[in-house]
Amino acid sequence: MSGKVSRGTLVIDIDRCKGCELCIDACRPNVLSMTTDKRNALGYLYPVLEPGCVACHACALICPDFVFQVWRYTRPVAAANQGAET
Amino acid sequence: MSAELLEGSEAIARAMVSAGCRFFAGYPMTPFTEVLEGMAKLMPAAGGDCVNAESELEAIGMAWGAAAAGARTATGSVGQGLSLMQESIAELCFARVPMVVLNMARGQGDYYQATRGGGHGDYRTIVLAPVDLAEAVRLVQLAFYLADKFRNPVMFMGDYYLAHVFEAVDTATVDFGALPRKDWALDGSSSGSGNARIVSSIMPTKRNAPIYVEYGAYLETGGQKIAAIERQMEPMYEQAGCEDADCVIVAYGTPARIVRYVVGQLRREGLRVGFFRPVTLWPFPSAQLAAATRSARGIGVYELNAGQMIDDVRLAVRDRNASSIGGPSFDSSGFGIAPDLTPSKVAARIRAFLAETCQAAPACQAAPACRGAPA
Amino acid sequence: MPGSPRVPGSPRVKCVIRTDVPPPEPATLVDDFAPPLILPGAHKLCAGCGEPAAMRAVVEMIAEMGFTRRAVAVFGIGCYTAFSPGLDVEVMQALHGRAPSLATGLKRVHPDSIVFTMQGDGDMVNEGLQEVIHTAARGENVTCVMLNNGVFGETGGHMTATTVLGQRTKNSLEGREAKKHGFPIRMAEMLAPLDGVAYVARGATNNARNIFRTRKMLRSALAAQDEKRGFSFVEILTMCPTGWFIETGDAPAYLSDKMASFHKMGVIKNAAVAS
Repeated sequence: MSGKVSRGTLVIDIDRCKGCELCIDACRPNVLSMTTDKRNALGYLYPVLEPGCVACHACALICPDFVFQVWRYTRPVAAANQGAET
Repeated sequence: MSAELLEGSEAIARAMVSAGCRFFAGYPMTPFTEVLEGMAKLMPAAGGDCVNAESELEAIGMAWGAAAAGARTATGSVGQGLSLMQESIAELCFARVPMVVLNMARGQGDYYQATRGGGHGDYRTIVLAPVDLAEAVRLVQLAFYLADKFRNPVMFMGDYYLAHVFEAVDTATVDFGALPRKDWALDGSSSGSGNARIVSSIMPTKRNAPIYVEYGAYLETGGQKIAAIERQMEPMYEQAGCEDADCVIVAYGTPARIVRYVVGQLRREGLRVGFFRPVTLWPFPSAQLAAATRSARGIGVYELNAGQMIDDVRLAVRDRNASSIGGPSFDSSGFGIAPDLTPSKVAARIRAFLAETCQAAPACQAAPACRGAPA
Repeated sequence: MPGSPRVPGSPRVKCVIRTDVPPPEPATLVDDFAPPLILPGAHKLCAGCGEPAAMRAVVEMIAEMGFTRRAVAVFGIGCYTAFSPGLDVEVMQALHGRAPSLATGLKRVHPDSIVFTMQGDGDMVNEGLQEVIHTAARGENVTCVMLNNGVFGETGGHMTATTVLGQRTKNSLEGREAKKHGFPIRMAEMLAPLDGVAYVARGATNNARNIFRTRKMLRSALAAQDEKRGFSFVEILTMCPTGWFIETGDAPAYLSDKMASFHKMGVIKNAAVAS
C-alpha cells in the first residue's frame, strides 16, 4: 500500500471514457494509469487513480469526454483513508 | 402622409423603413444599386444599420444574423447576384428566419429562380410581383408582414423600370395586422438559463429540449412548412374581362402594366380578350386562373423570357391550350427598358395570337370584329 | 498499449483509489465533469479529439467573465458543430464559412451582446476566408475562434489551407508538398496587420499548460470585444488523431512538433484600440 498522501481525488465516469489516454499524459503527479484488463461499457480501457493527486484538474481540462470530477481535500489524506485497493 | 412624387428605388426604400426595416445589407449591382443607396441614406436616421457587404454572399449572411436577432431585415440584388444567395435562401427557409429579399431584375428571366429556387431541398419562398410603383410600395411592406408571419424569406420582384420610374406614391406605414412577438430571436439573454434559444437550419432544438430533433428528422418536415403556407395564404391576383373571353392573356410585373392597357384597348374594339395577372408568383393563383380561363379558347402568356411562368400556367389549366407570346427583350446595355415594351408592339403580339387562335378554332363564337382582325 | 509510458512490460502493483464514489473526507469541488454551459450527453466526437477541450475553455471563460447572459455563439460547420445543440448558450447556426457575416449582423442589432464564432480551419480558411478577413478589416466587435487541426475532420481527414507541409491527409497521402499542393496559410498572421483588429493569439489544447495559456488568450479576446476595441481572434490548435492517422497518445507531441512549429503559438497582436 502506498504511503503517499493525496491533496485531491477524482470521481471518474468510466462508462463515458473512450480510452484516448490524454489524461495519462496530462497528469502532473503521474497518478493516472490505464487499466490493462478491465473494460468499460463501451469496450474501452479506462483510467484508474493512485495516491498523490494534487487536484490540478489537468485531466479534466484535457478530457474530450468530460469523465472527471475533481475534488480538492480540505486536509491532505493518506492512502489508507481513501478507499484504496491494491 | 400623402402621395409624393418619388423615383422607384427611393420609394421602395422609404416603404421598407415605414414597414420597420432596421437592417439592410447589399452589394451594388444595376438596377438594385439605388435601393442600396436609398437604404444607406435612410437606415441611420431610422435607428437602423445598412452595410455595404463585400459580396452578395456576405450581404445575405449579415441580413441572416440581423434577422435572427429579431430585427426586420432585408437584402437584395439582381438575378446574377441572387444566384450567389441561393444556398442561404434555402437554409433561411429551413432555419425559419424571416427576411425580405428584393430582386430588382433585368427583364423577367428570374421567374424560375424566384419560384422554384436555385437552392437545395424542399422549400418555397413567397414571391410578390408588383405591377407599378403604387402596388410596389404596398407589397414590399406586406413582404415584411408575411416573412414574420410564416418565418420564411419573401421575394419581391422588381425591375429596372420600377427602380427608375417616377410616380406619386404614399410610403406611409401600412398595418397588416398583429403578429406574435419574436420570442425565438437571439440576444444572449436566455444563455445559461437551461433553455437557451437556437436558430438553426440543421438541428433546431437543444439537446435538453422536451423533444430533441435530429437533423434527419428535421429534413423530413420540409414539405410541412410549404403546405402550411399554401393552406394559410390566399394567392393574390388581378383579372379583367375573363368571363366572356375567347383568349386570356397572362402577364406579371411591369410588362403586365402594358398588357393590361392593351387588353383594355382591344376590348373597346369589341375583341373578347381577357387579362389575368398573378401578384403572388408563389403561391401561384392556380385555381383562380383555371376558373378565369374555363371558357377561354386560348391562353397567351406574355413574359420577357423564353417561357418560364408558362409552366405554372400549364399546370393550372391542365390540358387547355397555353402559348408563349412574349420573349426575351433587352436594350443594348442588357439591363435597361425592354424595347418590346411599347403598347403597339404588345398589341401586335396579342392581335397575332388572337388571329391564330381564332383561325385554329373550327366554330368560333367570337364577335365579327374579332374575325380576321388586322395585325 | 502504445503511448502509455506508465505501464511497462510486466504490470506493477497499483494502489488504486476508489473513483466511483464521492470523496470520503471533506473536500471542495474543483471541476464537475463538464462546465454547466455544456449540456449533458455524449457529443460523439472521436476518442482523443482536441475540440471538446477548446469548447470547454471558451464557455468557461464566458462564464468566468460574467458574460453568460449576453453570449451568443455562431457555429460554422465541422465536427465541433456537434456542440451547437449541446450548449446552454444561445446559438445561431451558420453555413460553412459564413459565421463571421452572421455574427456581424447580429452584433449590429445587439451591440451589447457578446458574439463569438466557433469555426474550424476548413470552415474559416478554405470556405470562408473572405468573410473573416472583411469582418476583421471592418473591425466588427466580435470574437472569432478557429479550431485548427489542419484537416477537414468531419468529412474524414482532408487537406485544408492550413495543412502543414509534410502532413499526411486523405488527399496528400505522401505528405503535403508545396509543388503539388501549394503552401499553407497562417490565419492569425494574416489578420493581425489589419487596422480593425484589436487582438490576435494562437493557443492549443494538447496539454494542460497550453490549455491554461489558451484560456488567458480567450479572456483577452473577449475583453477586447467587451471594451469595443475591435475585432478579436483566437486560433486554437486542436488534436485530430483520426485525421492525422496516428494513435491518440501520440497526438499531443504531433501537435507540438508538426503543427505548432509552423503555426506558432503566442499572442500576435494586442492593441489598446484598433489602429
